[in-house]
Formats: sequence, structure tokens, C-alpha cells
Amino acid sequence: MPRIVVDVMLKPEILDPQGKAIVGALPRLGFTAFPSVRQGKRFELFVDGEVTEEILAQAREAAETMLSNPVIEDVVNIEVVAD
Amino acid sequence: MTETPLIGGAVQAPVDTRLAGARIGVVTFPGTLDDRDASRAVRLSGATAVDLWHADTVLADVDAVIIPGGFSYGDYLRAGAISRFAPLMAKIIDAANSDAKLPVLGICNGFQILTEAHLLPGSMIKNDHLKFLCRDQVLRVENNTTAWTNAYAAGQDITVVLKNQDGQYIADEKTLDALEAEGRVAFRYVGHNPNGSRRDIAGISNAAGNVVGLMPHPEHAVETGYGPAHTGTDGLGFFNSVLNTLLGDK
Repeated sequence: MPRIVVDVMLKPEILDPQGKAIVGALPRLGFTAFPSVRQGKRFELFVDGEVTEEILAQAREAAETMLSNPVIEDVVNIEVVAD
Repeated sequence: MTETPLIGGAVQAPVDTRLAGARIGVVTFPGTLDDRDASRAVRLSGATAVDLWHADTVLADVDAVIIPGGFSYGDYLRAGAISRFAPLMAKIIDAANSDAKLPVLGICNGFQILTEAHLLPGSMIKNDHLKFLCRDQVLRVENNTTAWTNAYAAGQDITVVLKNQDGQYIADEKTLDALEAEGRVAFRYVGHNPNGSRRDIAGISNAAGNVVGLMPHPEHAVETGYGPAHTGTDGLGFFNSVLNTLLGDK
């Protein structure tokens, strides 16, 4: 079933407390190459049949109005995955 | 409706028909858990509490609305993000923005819902220390001219319960400057900032002053023997304030 992937991240200027907790834990497992981590959200919107321009437009609108809050988050990626 | 005191000693005030004529709606979403406390606080102030359900499509002639705390829709997407689109919210948004200026109070998750609904600016993210925090919290009343704060003195310190995980209030600098300039910071944390909120902001209002949101819980500080430090009733001022507003005393 084809799906539309939407990736949402906190805006760069907003401190990400979850990413901060992860970056603090990584060195304990020996992962020392990562001075900074930011955690985001990935949504997969499944589509029955072909992904038309109209359906893609719906996904974009859903991403901006509901899946993300423009006050704190950016939609950083919307892509169609056909498999 | 008379209240049974939770702990002995509380005295039920005689019913004041003028106060009881004020109908304060309390909204329940799936996952709301402070609605009973909010309704009880409304009744202790002398008004009539009206149960509202998120899927309702009418406001049942209420004179004001409280959106209480909890974890509506599990806060799965973002705190308040899905509740914001509940059928009743459309009615509340219209009524709050109308000429009638319906008084609306959002507490904790209710505050988060009001920001998601764009009735109040900014947003809430996880506490800077990432932990759920529950404690007595001192707040300073920064603006005592709103529909929900007029029973307090300006600059008064009050103690109510704070309990949340996504309590860090954030907005861009321009928005924060505007809030300060327009006197729309209603409450500030006193002493230690419990969650990293910008400029120690605990609660804000809209420009008209009829919509107020805050993270701490005044509805848990309305009854002697039950509130913060087992004595505090500082939260009653919210409920008395809206009665002042509705009855034209302020």
C-alpha cells in the first residue's frame, strides 16, 4: 500500500529536552561521536490506490494543521513511498 | 446542590440564588481527570456547574467555560492537539472570540488545548528536566484585571498545586515581548522556575482578558483541609473572579 511519509522536527531554536537526554546517555554505551541529538516524529499516511496530487495536497494540509504545531515545529519532509 | 466537606469542619454557605444562577460549563474529553475537581470548585464558589462533553455541539447556555486538566486523547500527538478539533471546541472558540466574550479558563491540559486552538499564543513542551513534577507552587498575580483574576490583588502571591510533564511554556521573543507589553502575563512562578518556562510564565490571557490559561491547578486549592499544605484555598479566587465578571461586580 503506498504511503506518504511526513517528518516533523522541533524548530532549530527550540531546545529539545528529549534529544538532550539521549545525547547524555549515548557515551555510556561507547557512542562518543555525537555531540548533539535531536528527536523528531515520523508519520506514515497510508493511501488506498494511487497517490494523486489531490491526496498529496490533503497530506500537506494535514501536516501543517494537525500533525505539526507551527509555533514549535517544522514539517521538514513530505515524500511518497510506493511499495 | 450541597457539598459534603472532604474533611470535617468546612461549613456549607447558604445558597445565594444570584450566584447559583451563574452556569459554569466544565468540559470533559477522553482522558480528562480534573473535571470533577473543577466542578466542585465551581459549586464551592456558589455557582452552578454544568457538565459538557467534548462531542457536544451546543454550549448548553453556559455563562463561562472551564477546560480542565488531564491527558486528553492520551496527548499522543502533542498535548491538546487532537482535543483542539473536538466538536465542542469550535463552539468555544467562536464564543470566546465573539462580542459576548465568553470567559474561558484552561488549566494544565486545558491551557495546552487553548494554545493549540490559537485562543492563546505560544505552546508547551516537555519540562526542561524531563520529569513529571507534582508540588505546591507559589505564583504571583501579574494581572488582576482579567475575567478570571479580578478577585486577587495585583502582585499577590498565591499557592496552588503544580502537576505536569509538558509544562515548559515557550513562544518566540517577539510574542513574549508583546505579552509583557500588553500586560497579558497573568501569573509568574515565584522562586524556582519548575519547568524552564520562558520568563517564568505560569499563565497568560488573551487581549480581551476573557480567556486565561495556566499550567498549575487552582481547582485543587479551594477547600480548607484539602489544598496545598492542607490549608490552602488560594485557588478560589479564580472562581470568585468569574462570578464578579458575570454578575457585573467588577
